[in-house]
Amino acid sequence: MSDWSKALSGFAREAGGGAGNRGLEIEEHLLFEQDEPGRTGVDLPEPSSVPDRLGGMRRESAIGLPGLSEPQVVRHFTRLSHKNYAIDTGLYPLGSCTMKHNPRLNEKVARLPGFADLHPMQPMATVQGALELIDTLAHWLKTLTGMPAVAMTPAAGAHGELCGMMCIKAALEARGEPRRRVLVPESAHGTNPATAATCGYEVDPIPANARGRVDLGVLKQKLGPDVAAIMLTNPNTCGLFEDETLAIADAVHAAGAYFYLDGANFNALVGRVRPGDLGVDCMHINLHKTFSTPHGGGGPGSGPVVLAETLARFAPLPWLVHDADGFRLVEQNPGEAIGRIKGFHGQMGMFVRALAFMMSHGADGLRRAAGDAVLNANYVLARVADVMTASYPGPAMHEVLFDDRFLEGTHVTTLDFAKAMIDAGFHPMTMYFPLVVHGALLVEPTENESKAGLDHFIAVLRGLAERARAGDADYFHAAPQLAPRRRLDETNAARKPVLRWRPPTKVAAE
Amino acid sequence: MRYLSLTDTNRAEMLAVIGVPSIDALYRDVPPSARIAGPVDLPHGQGELAVERALTRLAARNVPAGSVPSFLGCGAYRHHVPAAVDHLVQRGEFLTSYTPYQPEIAQGTLQALFEFQTQVALITGMDVANASMYDGATATAEAVMMANRLTRRRKAILAGSLHPHYGETVATYARFNGFEVAAQPPDAAGMGDPAAAIDAETSCLVVQYPGFFGELRDYSAAAEACHRGGALLIVVVTEAVSLGLVKPPGAMGADIVVGEGQSLGNALNFGGPYLGLFATRDRYVRQMPGRLAGETADVEGRRGFVLTLSAREQHIRREKATSNICTNSGLCALAFAIHLALLGEAGFSRLASLNHEAAVRAAERLAAVSRVSLMTGTFFNEFTLRLPVPAAPVVEVLARRGVLGGVPASRFWPGNAELAPLLIVAATETNTEDEMDAFAQALGEAIR
Amino acid sequence: MSIVKYTSEHEWVRIDGGEAVVGITDYAQTQLGDVVYVELPERGRTVAMGKEAGTVESVKAASEIYAPLSGEVIDINASLGDEPARVNTDPMGEGWFFKLKLSNPAEADGLLDEAAYQKLVAGLT
Repeated sequence: MSDWSKALSGFAREAGGGAGNRGLEIEEHLLFEQDEPGRTGVDLPEPSSVPDRLGGMRRESAIGLPGLSEPQVVRHFTRLSHKNYAIDTGLYPLGSCTMKHNPRLNEKVARLPGFADLHPMQPMATVQGALELIDTLAHWLKTLTGMPAVAMTPAAGAHGELCGMMCIKAALEARGEPRRRVLVPESAHGTNPATAATCGYEVDPIPANARGRVDLGVLKQKLGPDVAAIMLTNPNTCGLFEDETLAIADAVHAAGAYFYLDGANFNALVGRVRPGDLGVDCMHINLHKTFSTPHGGGGPGSGPVVLAETLARFAPLPWLVHDADGFRLVEQNPGEAIGRIKGFHGQMGMFVRALAFMMSHGADGLRRAAGDAVLNANYVLARVADVMTASYPGPAMHEVLFDDRFLEGTHVTTLDFAKAMIDAGFHPMTMYFPLVVHGALLVEPTENESKAGLDHFIAVLRGLAERARAGDADYFHAAPQLAPRRRLDETNAARKPVLRWRPPTKVAAE
Repeated sequence: MRYLSLTDTNRAEMLAVIGVPSIDALYRDVPPSARIAGPVDLPHGQGELAVERALTRLAARNVPAGSVPSFLGCGAYRHHVPAAVDHLVQRGEFLTSYTPYQPEIAQGTLQALFEFQTQVALITGMDVANASMYDGATATAEAVMMANRLTRRRKAILAGSLHPHYGETVATYARFNGFEVAAQPPDAAGMGDPAAAIDAETSCLVVQYPGFFGELRDYSAAAEACHRGGALLIVVVTEAVSLGLVKPPGAMGADIVVGEGQSLGNALNFGGPYLGLFATRDRYVRQMPGRLAGETADVEGRRGFVLTLSAREQHIRREKATSNICTNSGLCALAFAIHLALLGEAGFSRLASLNHEAAVRAAERLAAVSRVSLMTGTFFNEFTLRLPVPAAPVVEVLARRGVLGGVPASRFWPGNAELAPLLIVAATETNTEDEMDAFAQALGEAIR
Repeated sequence: MSIVKYTSEHEWVRIDGGEAVVGITDYAQTQLGDVVYVELPERGRTVAMGKEAGTVESVKAASEIYAPLSGEVIDINASLGDEPARVNTDPMGEGWFFKLKLSNPAEADGLLDEAAYQKLVAGLT
C-alpha cells in the first residue's frame, strides 16, 4: 500500500506518526494547499472593457490566493468546525467569561434586513427604528444598573474600560486635578492595568486579604490626592462579592477619586443588585458575557459603559438624542465629550442580539437567571469541596475558585488536570487566573446548565481528583489523547514564529 | 424561562445539598441596602413570537440599503455576500466557541485564523498580519501607538485623505496616551503633499488608500520620505475589495497596513460589528498588538496551530502590554476568510474589476448631470462630486425620493463652507445601471 | 580575578575589573519556563543601576531585565536571537545577556554575594 493510501486510511496513526482521518474527524489541509489556478467558488459576471480610471495604479502581480469551489470551501470550514469545542457542545465552565447559551432567536432578528442592511451613514430619517433600538437597549442597561447615562460605542469590554478611564481622566482634567495613580487589585483581569497604562496612569496594585477580598486597610493607605481612580471587579475574580464595597466607595470618593467597576461578572448581580446603589461612577458591561451575544471564537464583543452624572458629559461621540423630531445622533460636539473611540456608532449587530435576550428574559427572568448562575456555582462548590481545594469559604457568587493545593505531592499540575478534562469531554475551566492563588482553577457554570449536566461535570472532577491522588500522574501528563490534537509545542511556536503560510520556494535549477 | 434548565425541584435539591434555605441566602455578602427586593422596572419576559414581532416592527421603521438604489461608502461598503458564508459562521462550533486558549480543542478556530492572517498578508503585500482588531479606526490608533514605540517618537501626521472618524479616534487616543497628532485638513482634491510635514519628531505618516474622497495615489515617494526621516508609513485601507485590483500598499513601502475588513463576508450592520485589519513587516512583529495564531506541532508530530507571542498581550504583560485589547473580531474575521476563500484569486480580482466598472459608469452618468462635476480623477469604487448647492439638503431630498445617494462631506465637517457642496459616492457590484439612472435623474431634479 | 554578585531581581553579574557580564540566575529561568525571546539593549546604550535594560519572555510570562550596575553596554549575546533556550540550559554561561563597561564599580558593594543570594532563594522555595 502506498504511503498516501496508508495516511488516508488511518494506518499512519497506528504506525505512530503523521496524520490520518478518524471516522468523522477529518484532517484538513490549509486552503492554500488546495489551490487550482483559475478556480473560483463564486460566479461573477464578466467585467466589460470600460476604460479604467485607476491612474496606473492597477495591480501588476498576482496576490497568491488559492482557488476552491463552493463545495470545497463548505467542506473545508465544516471539517474545521468539527475540531472546536463550543457552548453548543457542552458545559464551558470558563470562569470570568460567562459562557452562557447563545440563543438563535438573537441570530434571526439581527439578520433582519431592517437591521443588518443599514448603512451607518444613511440619513437619520431612514434609520429611526435602529436608533430607537439603541435607545431602548440603553434604557434597559441604565435601569438594570441604576445609572443615569450610558456610552454605547465601545466595541468590547477592554474597549469599554478604556472609554471609562478616558472619561475619568477627562473629568479630572476638567477639575484641574491631573492625578497620576490608579489602584488595581492584584486579582484584577489583565486588561485593567493595561487599560490604565494606555491612559498614561501609573498602576498601583492592592493585595487581597485572607478572605480573598480587596484589603480595605491597604486601600485606604494607598489613597491620596494623586489617585485618579480604583478599578474594582465585583463580584471579584475569586468569585466573591466584595462585601466592603460601600466602605470602599466612601473612601475613594472622600479622596476625590472615581470608582470604576469592571462589569465582567455582572451575571451574578443582574436584576438583583444595581452598581449605581454601590456608589459606582463608571462600569463597562460585556454584552457578550451577561447578555448572551456570541463569543464567535474570540469576538466581536460589545462593551457599553454606564456613567454617573459626574461623568456623563464626557461620554464619547456620537451621542444618541431623542427629542420631538425623533432620534438622532450628535456626531460633533464642542462640549466636553472625549471624542470618538472608534468608527461609526457602535456594535449594532450585538445590540439587537442583547435586546432580544433581555426582552426574552424580562426583569423577572434576568433576576432568576442571575440566581440560577449563583446556585449552580455554589452547587459545584458544595459537591467537590471535599476533594478539591476551594480557595475561600463560600458562598461563592456565579463562579468559584479552586487552587492546586489538592494536587500537592501528585506531580499533577493545574495544567495537567485541565488537559485530562478534555479527554473526559469537557472544556477546562479558566486556569492560572486570578494570580492571587497558586495554580488557580476558576469554574463558572452559568445559569443554563441543568442539574444532570452539573452532576456529570462534578463526577468527572471528583474522578480526576481521585485519580491524581492515587498517583496516576502519567495519565495526566499524557493528556489529552482523544482530542483532534494532543499537546502542542507552544515554546517552539514562540521561538520560531510561523504566522502565515508561505508558498514553497522552488529549488534552483542545478 | 426556556433558556433555564433548572426546575424548582432541582433548585430545592441543590439548595439542600448546599445547606441554605434559598437562593437569596447565597447573596448574604451583599449589603442589604444594595439588594433590590423585586424585579426592576422593565417589562416581563416574553416568548419568542412576541419578541420577534416587536423587533420586526422596529426593523420595519428603517430603510434597508438594498431596498432602494444605494450609493453609500465612507468606510462601509455594500457587497454581495455568498449564502454559504452566513451558514458556515452560524455553525455552533464557530458561533458559540471561545478564544482558542485550549488549542487541542480549538483547531478549527486556530486554523481559520492562520488562514485569515495569511490572506490579509497576501492582499496587503505585507509579511505578517494579526487575527483582527475591533475596526479600522481603532486599528489605525493601535498602529500609530506601535509606530511611537518603534521609533521612540511621539508625533503622528495624519494626511488629509484619512477617514475623519479614524482621525478623530487617533486624536482621542493621542490625548489620553500622551502623544501628538498633526492632522492635515481634509484633502478633497487629492493634491496634498502629506510627506512634506515629516520632521525629526515624526513617528509616522498615516495616509488612506484609496483616500476618503476616493482618490488613488501612489505613496511610494511618501514611504521613501518617511524612511529618510526615520519615520514609518502607515497605509489605511477602508475598502478591502480595492486590493483585488490596485497596487498593494506593501509594494509601495508601507511599514504597517491597517484597515477595515467589513467589505468581505460582513453585512453593513449599521456600523458594527466590523473588523480591523492589521499587517506589518516581519521585523516589527513583536511590537504588533492583537492576537496571533502560529503554526507548530503536537507531541505526535502532527501540524497544529496555537495562539503565540502572547507575552505581548494584556493577560501576561498587564500594564506593559502592547495594547489592552482582549477580543479580536473573531466571527467577522471568519466570515471574511470564508468569503475570500470562495472568491479565490480569480474571483477576488473579478469582483474588484466589477466594482471599478460600476463606479466608472456611475461617475459618468452623475457627472453628466447639469452643473455637477466629478472631482476625483483616479479612483477605485468611490469618488466625490461637486454640486452647485450644499449637498446635505440634496441628500435628504433624494432619500425622500427613495434614493440613498451618497454621503455629504458636511456630515463629517459641518460648517466647512468649502466642503459643503461635496457629495461622496460609492458604487459596488450590487448597483445596476437602472439604479444609476434613477440616481442621476433624482439628482438632477433635486438640484434644480 | 572575577567575582560574581547577584541582585534581588535574580540577575547575576560577573565583574572583572571595570567590566561586567550580566544574565539571569537558574532560579529565574526555572520560574520563567522555556525562554522564547530576549530583548537586549543596543550596544552603546547607557544603563543605570536598577533601571530596566531589556526583557526576557517565555510562553507564559515576561519579565524585565534590570541593569544590576550602571554603565555602557559594550557587547550583547546575539546568539540568543536564534537560541533563546541557552538561557534555560546554561543561564550562567552561554545564556549571558550583555556586557557593561562600568561607570561606577563601587556600586557592586550594594549587591548580594553568593551566600546572601542562596539564602534569598531558599526563602522563596
